[in-house]
This record gives sequence, C-alpha cells and structure tokens, in this order.
Amino acid sequence: MTNLAIAATGLRKSYRDKSGDKVVLDGVDLAVPEGTIFSLLGPNGAGKTTTVKILSTLTAADGGDVRVAGHDLARSPDEVRGAIGVTGQYSAVDKLLTGEENLLLMADLGHLSRRDGRRRAAELLERFDLVEAAREPAATYSGGMQRRLDLAMTLVGEPRVIFLDEPTTGLDPRSRRAMWEIVRELVAGGVTILLTTQYLEEADELADRIALLDRGRLIAEGTAEELKRRIPGGHVELAFADAARLDAAVRAVGVGTADPEALTLRVPSDGGVRMVRDLLVLLDDQCVEVAGMSVRTPDLDDVFLTLTGREKETVR
Amino acid sequence: MSALTLAARDSSTMIRRQLKRLLRYPSMTVQLVVTPVIILLLFVYVLGGTLGQGLGGGRGAYADYVVPGILLMAVATAATGTAVMVATDMTEGIVARFRTMRISRASVLTGHVVGSVVQQVCGMAVLVGVALAIGFRPNATVLEWFAAAGLLVLFALAVTWLAVALGLRAQTPEAASNAPMPLILLPFLGSGFVPTDSMPTALRWFADYQPFTPIMETVRGLLLGTPIGGSAAQALAWCAGTAVLSFLWARRAFDRA
Repeated sequence: MTNLAIAATGLRKSYRDKSGDKVVLDGVDLAVPEGTIFSLLGPNGAGKTTTVKILSTLTAADGGDVRVAGHDLARSPDEVRGAIGVTGQYSAVDKLLTGEENLLLMADLGHLSRRDGRRRAAELLERFDLVEAAREPAATYSGGMQRRLDLAMTLVGEPRVIFLDEPTTGLDPRSRRAMWEIVRELVAGGVTILLTTQYLEEADELADRIALLDRGRLIAEGTAEELKRRIPGGHVELAFADAARLDAAVRAVGVGTADPEALTLRVPSDGGVRMVRDLLVLLDDQCVEVAGMSVRTPDLDDVFLTLTGREKETVR
Repeated sequence: MSALTLAARDSSTMIRRQLKRLLRYPSMTVQLVVTPVIILLLFVYVLGGTLGQGLGGGRGAYADYVVPGILLMAVATAATGTAVMVATDMTEGIVARFRTMRISRASVLTGHVVGSVVQQVCGMAVLVGVALAIGFRPNATVLEWFAAAGLLVLFALAVTWLAVALGLRAQTPEAASNAPMPLILLPFLGSGFVPTDSMPTALRWFADYQPFTPIMETVRGLLLGTPIGGSAAQALAWCAGTAVLSFLWARRAFDRA
C-alpha cells in the first residue's frame, strides 16, 4: 500500500449553540494516498469546511485520530503546519499589501533567506500571471486574481499537502478552468491535494477519488466513474408535435417514460453521443418526427437524491 | 533556530507588515494624531482662561496642567483604533492563514501592538510639539524627559495589549470600537483636566485611586516639577500589571478564536 498523506479515522466534531449541540462531523474516515487529488463533495453545511479546518490545525476535533503528512495532528500540530498549505473559500490575502508584498510576507514567515524569498516570489508571480499587477494593492484585484494570489501564497512554502476549500466558488468559468489547470500541475509535481467542492463537475474533472459528505457523514466514496454508475437520473428527453407521434416513438423505442400531457418521452441514458445518435437513427428509420430533444446528465442533485432520498436544496 | 529566535524573527516580519499597512492606510493615523490636538486647542483656548484661574494662574498655567492628561487620552483614543484593526483583521482570511503556518503565534499580535505603539508615539510627539507652540512650558531635564517618555511608552504598551485583547474578544469590528471607550473617559475622571480635590467626595475617591491618575501625576511631576511622591511606583505597577495580564489574556483569546 502506498503512503497516506492524510489518514483520519472517526473524526467527530459538534458545536454548542442555543438549540443545543449541533453535530457537524459524525465519524468521518479519510485515506488519501500521497500524490493524489481527493475531493470532498457535499452541499453547504455538510461539514466540508469543518473537516478542512480540523485537518489544517485551525480547529480541534472532539474525537478521532488524524495523521497528516506522517505527523499526528493532536501531538505535533507544528510539524503538520510545516507540511501543509491552505487556500480557503475566502481569500486569505492582505488586501492592503501588494501581490508581491504578500508573497514576500509568506517567504519571510516561511523563514526563507531574502534572496530565495525574492526568487520564489518572482517565480510565482510569473506562474500565476500576476507580474503586471505585482505592485498593485491586492484590494484592487479581481476575484480570480485574488484567488490566484491566495494559492500562490500557499505555495511559497512548498507544502507537501494542500487543502483547497472550495477554490472556485464565485469564480467565472474561465478563472475556474485556469484554477483547474494549476491544480493538475501541482499534483503532477507530487503534492497531495484535498479539495472540497459543491460541484460534481469539478470533482469529476480533478479528483482521483471522491467522497460524498452529507450531514457530517460520508455516504459514498469512490472514483468519479464508480459514483456515476450508482446514480441514475441521466436521460434524453424527446419532444413531439402530437400524441400520434409520441405513441409511435414509445412503440419504436420500447423503454422510457411518456408524458402525454407534455408530449415528451424520457429515455434513460448516460448522455453519450453514440447512444443519442442510435436513438435518433432508430426514430428516423421508423419515420417518427422529433420536434425537440434535450440531454440531461447526472449532477450533484441526482447524487443527493439517489443517495439520501432528499433534494440537495433541502439539506441546507 | 531556537524557539526564541524564531519568535523574534516572526515578530519582526509581522511588525514590518503592520507598519506597511499603517503607511498604506494613513487616514486612521492622521485621525489619531489630529483628534488630541483639537482637544488640546479646545481646552487651552476655550476653557483654559477660566480653568487656569482656578489653578491660580492663567491660560498658560492651564496649558501646563492639561498636557499630561491629553497625552494619556491620545493613547486611549488610539486604543480604539487598535481594537477595531485587530477585530477586522480577525474576520479576514489572512489571520486564518497565519494560524495554519508554522510560525510563532504571538507574533501576529506583537505586530499589531508595536505598529500601534509607533503610531501613538508619533501622535504624542506631534501633540507635545503643538503644546510647546501654544505655551506649554516644561522645566524638565533631559533625564526627566526620557523618564516621562519611557513611562508613556510603557503606558501605551499596556493600553495597546488591552485593546488587542478587547479586539479579539469582540464579535464584530463595531463592538470592538465601543469596548475601549471607558479608557477615553478616565483622564476626565482623574487628575487629567482639573485637580481631584475640586471634585465631590465619591468622584474624588474614584479619581484618586484609578490607574490613570498616578500616571498623569508622574508625567506632570517629571515635566513640570510638581510633587510625585508615591505616584511613580503606582504608575509603574499599574502599567506593568496591565501589560502582562492583557498580554496573557490576548494570547489566550487568540488561541481560542
């Protein structure tokens, strides 16, 4: 078995508030091998951020054993801090300082020599496309730039394990793609990443393994493919001009759910191009005219509906 | 590196961060320097004529009397700013980042304290400059000036650590701005603006025994040659005690937040 960068067993945490104890994590086990991306997927309030806070030494767990980068979290938190980097959901940059000053601050706090610090800062500014804005205060940066600076600051100390807490929440699609590219490069360089996200697509794009967190418990874990296989809900929806054509289509296809009111037929599907083409060819052969078509692939809502029996929204 | 060198290195990094921030955002500093100067001018020119007569002199005599009180008030005003700055800093992600790093934890707070004390020393220097220009006539020797400056810096340290602790305990930056408010009133409820023997008994009792009074009496004595007596020892004890307890309180609050 390969070495584990993160190994947690029986992680528990509850907060006390007016309405009594609120259990946030209820026995979570995690095993993340070195050099891989592991994604914690779940809706708001599932316990993702709490998990990251515990693993990154910000909050103490009520129970459970955790080892990060080979160090026991409870006994040697400073050793853990020396090995990790954290980029949270809210940008952790000093907005009054410039991008370059922020990076140099991290270099100083990482106890790099002056020369190494300058070199590292220059490298990271280049790599994260921040050279032009390097002398501007971070307060003037766009959301995407702040997030890039944030991650660059995390990388100054060359951490072996990186926690990314919803790194693309609130970013536009282009910035999100850029962030994904950076994450892939990091893992290619050998670091381990624990990524939390609300987006199945993001976990699907990046993660080697995905764990689904709901109400403080892991309800499923596996590769993206393994999880998707467990999720029905993908289908092709065909629309027809009248009831006669709909009936003809039902006879031709033989599977699916017809809706006579809406004049539609839902055919279960993985959304693959081949399957859709075969379906259309079949209808064409039978001379059934299709008025409209839409393809729906499984998403996080389907995952939650399937695995918890509840809609994602109601979990919040 | 030993723990102590590490702490010193991280603290100096954090102090540089804080000084840069103060330069980047000077409006707070300007406000902290200007407010006490305005109060000084108000008290000397608006109230000083009458109040000076009560002291057996004139406007000049009142200028001499009121400067130590306003110096302490300047520090207390600055404490409000420090508390707000700390509370704001805590709500930003950057402090969470510092906590996940292998650095000396107290260094984050040390940066704030030293930055604020530097700010306050500038404020006090400007205030003394203005006071000298409008008739403040101290008769202190160089040594007495240094002693007074030393006591004021110690006082600034104590009040600033207290402000940091209050800022850490506050739920919001708005709440943090209210917490140090009583400190601004203490020079009034002591020997800062009028001698305590002109006050009603209960108030005089409070005024004589609250911490600001011995500090103001010591500064007054050092700069103007009025009797100091036991005030110096009391002043040092108050400052040192407040500084140490507030430091411990702040460090604990930071670890828990």
